[in-house]
Amino acid sequence: MARRSHYVALSLVLLLVVLVLSLPDQATVKFKLALSSLFLPLFGLAGSAQGLAEQAGNAAVPRRVLLEEAARLKLENQRLRLQAAEGEAAQRENARLRALLGWQSQNPLRLKAARVVGRDTANWWRSVRIDRGTRDGLKPDLPVLTAEGLVGRVGQVGFATAEVILVGDPKCRVSVVVRETGENGVLSARSSGVLDHRWVDLTHLPRNTALKPGQTVATSGLGGVFPPGIAVGTVVDSRSVGYGLYTEARVRLTVDSSRLSEVMVMLP
Amino acid sequence: MNWLRTSIILLAAFLAVFAQAEFGWVRVWLGAQISLLPALMVYAAVSTDIVTISLLAVWGGLCADALSVNRLGVSVLPLFVIGLGLHRWRELLLRELTYAQLALGALASAAAPALTLLLLMSAGEHPLIGWSSFWQWMVMTGAGAALTPVCFWTLDRLPGFFAYQPEVSAAFRADREIKRGRS
Repeated sequence: MARRSHYVALSLVLLLVVLVLSLPDQATVKFKLALSSLFLPLFGLAGSAQGLAEQAGNAAVPRRVLLEEAARLKLENQRLRLQAAEGEAAQRENARLRALLGWQSQNPLRLKAARVVGRDTANWWRSVRIDRGTRDGLKPDLPVLTAEGLVGRVGQVGFATAEVILVGDPKCRVSVVVRETGENGVLSARSSGVLDHRWVDLTHLPRNTALKPGQTVATSGLGGVFPPGIAVGTVVDSRSVGYGLYTEARVRLTVDSSRLSEVMVMLP
Repeated sequence: MNWLRTSIILLAAFLAVFAQAEFGWVRVWLGAQISLLPALMVYAAVSTDIVTISLLAVWGGLCADALSVNRLGVSVLPLFVIGLGLHRWRELLLRELTYAQLALGALASAAAPALTLLLLMSAGEHPLIGWSSFWQWMVMTGAGAALTPVCFWTLDRLPGFFAYQPEVSAAFRADREIKRGRS
């Protein structure tokens, strides 16, 4: 009798798994989002608790430290104001030259700040969950970045949360350019560097490349997902592969995804 | 079937998946994300019935996949297979002994990610695995082994908080007293 119940349970679970795995993509996404939304209250609670802990920590900071911090921020503010003034002048000049050449003017970036509320539950993917969704205008494939550089792209989007596939995940390939040499390549996951999430492979480089350690890598704009010019990482070393037919390089990402707490989503 | 125990196990699975997603410092420190679901499955397999095992596999697997890039449903079958296997042999398992719990936890925690990866690759996915994944697998196995006795200790005691304590009756019963001598 017990064996019969085991067979019935096994059949039912197998049937359910086959059914779920064979669902159309859209239905799977909806099902996943519905399930993940069950965790929203817990993520909210955890965020509030973290905020309270930070407030409590801030209250305990001595006045001397705060004054030093204020003085440092004042200096930084002055430096940034100067830089902003220079940037505005360059932007005006850029707009004037574009108008002279008849080029289309670039729209200013529209960024939406988001907080990282969760990470992938599996070891073999690199993704995080952020507290922004369709209600904030997010859509799949929007670029996600921080002040340091590119973080990844938006994956599935729910009403209040969204999944971000990080650079270094097999599902997030980025078309990049080496700034110093102008060579184009593709950043892909580095399987031999599973433990070090900041190392990725730069592939599809020409045979006679002039890559050197320390050169910077930025998005190329090819592929249509990421706009050009976003910093991605720096070249660590390169080697020839395929009996000298191609070159591959190791790149260290500028953004440390394990310590992400806030990110910016680039809206269209 | 004890619905209270089943509900507690399912709630524990939900909280375990949340903890996995929320507390990233474990991954930063150890270089691997540990999972509590195999440990819970060991407990369910040797302490409950097939319905609870099935519910835990489906609920826990779907919750874990919902917060991951995994294909939805891919974690269900490995958990269920582990649970069913242990449940079939539960009479032979010394569930009260800590070293047996450790061994079962290690076995389940090693088998669950391996089976999930196998299923993922069979489905045409390309997960991020390499030689370093061996370290992650060892951490998952070790952490799963260590967490299993904790699971047993906690979940064996939790239902007691929600039910009346059984009355402890003395061996002496007045109605069965043998009175000797003349009355």
